[in-house]
Amino acid sequence: MMQSMPDTPTLNPINDLMTQIYRDLQHAIDQGQLTNPLMVGIHSGGVWIAEALHQRLNLSDPLGRLNITFYRDDFDTIGLHPQVAPSQLPVDIDGRDIILVDDVLYTGRTIRAALNELFDYGRPARIWLTVLYERDGRELPIAAQTVGQRLQLNPQQQIHVDGPTPLTARIVTREDTH
Amino acid sequence: MAVNFVRPIIPKLAKDPWAIQFDSQGHLKHLLTIEGLGPTWITRILDTAEGFMSVTDREIKKVPLLRGRTVVNLFFESSTRTRTTFELAAKRLSADVLNINLSTSATTKGESLLDTLRNIEAMQADMFVVRHDQSGAAHFIARHVAPHVSVLNAGDGWHAHPTQALLDAFTIRRIKGDFAPLRIAIVGDVRHSRVARSQIHAFNSLNVGELRVIGPRTLIPNDIEPLGVRVFHDMRTGLKDVDVIIMLRLQRERMESGLLPTEQEFYRLYGLTEEKLGWAKPDAIVMHPGPANRGVEIESRVADGPQSVILEQVSNGIGVRMAVMALCMSASTE
Repeated sequence: MMQSMPDTPTLNPINDLMTQIYRDLQHAIDQGQLTNPLMVGIHSGGVWIAEALHQRLNLSDPLGRLNITFYRDDFDTIGLHPQVAPSQLPVDIDGRDIILVDDVLYTGRTIRAALNELFDYGRPARIWLTVLYERDGRELPIAAQTVGQRLQLNPQQQIHVDGPTPLTARIVTREDTH
Repeated sequence: MAVNFVRPIIPKLAKDPWAIQFDSQGHLKHLLTIEGLGPTWITRILDTAEGFMSVTDREIKKVPLLRGRTVVNLFFESSTRTRTTFELAAKRLSADVLNINLSTSATTKGESLLDTLRNIEAMQADMFVVRHDQSGAAHFIARHVAPHVSVLNAGDGWHAHPTQALLDAFTIRRIKGDFAPLRIAIVGDVRHSRVARSQIHAFNSLNVGELRVIGPRTLIPNDIEPLGVRVFHDMRTGLKDVDVIIMLRLQRERMESGLLPTEQEFYRLYGLTEEKLGWAKPDAIVMHPGPANRGVEIESRVADGPQSVILEQVSNGIGVRMAVMALCMSASTE
């Protein structure tokens, strides 16, 4: 049972956040912090966001898509879901600067899995993490370089991103969480 | 010799003998036969396999899903292709693999099998991949293993070879797409073929448009039609308008048992030559579970020809076996 709570923090409009992320990334490219970056989205929310950013940044290489199901550390407890959209990295990632995109940074476990998967494809020069929302609750030493909005939420609260068009987000509260 | 095709030699079990494949949550735990899976699980396995195929295209063909688990290939009957693809599948999931080849002795099988089982269990195995020349062997093992162990049937007697049928369905789906409009013909020694049995169950579950079997009367079981199969004894009529031709391996001992006159005679009537292939649809694909007897059930030029997908079947077998292993060893809670 999920329901919206009246006292939850407010999410900023996604369009504003996307514009801000786009500017920050363009700035990083202009400043030489990122060289000819390759953008990779994490299924599925990260891919939606990456698709929109990829278009605006006018990057030369096609967008990469990462499905981290095979790298999750909770395979024992949540089981395996069929892979309708397998990982696709269109170009060699060796020596490349990668902008890794996800919707929400929470425990950091998804990013850990994504990093492991990326390194099975090659050895990137740099991985730059970009997320729409960053919230508290990290369980691993992982940080994002570009963030749309930072939030403090209680453990019962989750950010749900839906997409791809329209891209929407809301905070839901899980009543029966452990 | 009288073996019931519909219900082969599965020793007396509960009224639903296929229920053992699922745990109390209804999640797949063992894969012993196609029966009982239904279209939902079959499709789920094929979809999962599709995801694993992308892993096999990468430079590092390995994912960490089954790291720390031990898979034991328990082969009581020799096999190269099936054992290697199971081994490769397990290794690509990062499991540790142990290959044990045991030749069967004709006597006291039950006792010795259980003894073997207990010994390997004591090595903390998590999965047994079993091939045995006795129908029902994998069921027997599944009923007696420790609760945490999964059992995959890699072929038992004349009964079932479920992963072969799944990889065939996967291959067909990748090339032809939807099953509903397809005509599929299974050709040759259907009677003694565990591959054919599993294929018939799988294709019926997937709602294949029309399923045919073609072969001499001595090699087609009498009770096969109720399974939703059309029987043909002539290649020209049987192959007409067919989209998929599956050739079965003819075992040489069939000649000795008097079920067939000679190899040459079989080849003349049922061997898939370029001429006979021309009777099927122009874009028909040719499949064979291997190893093929060239010049007995299939002409070399057909086996190596543009319509043959025999090597694709082998590659697809790895992805399908990865899917089955990962699904059976993943937790049932979602």
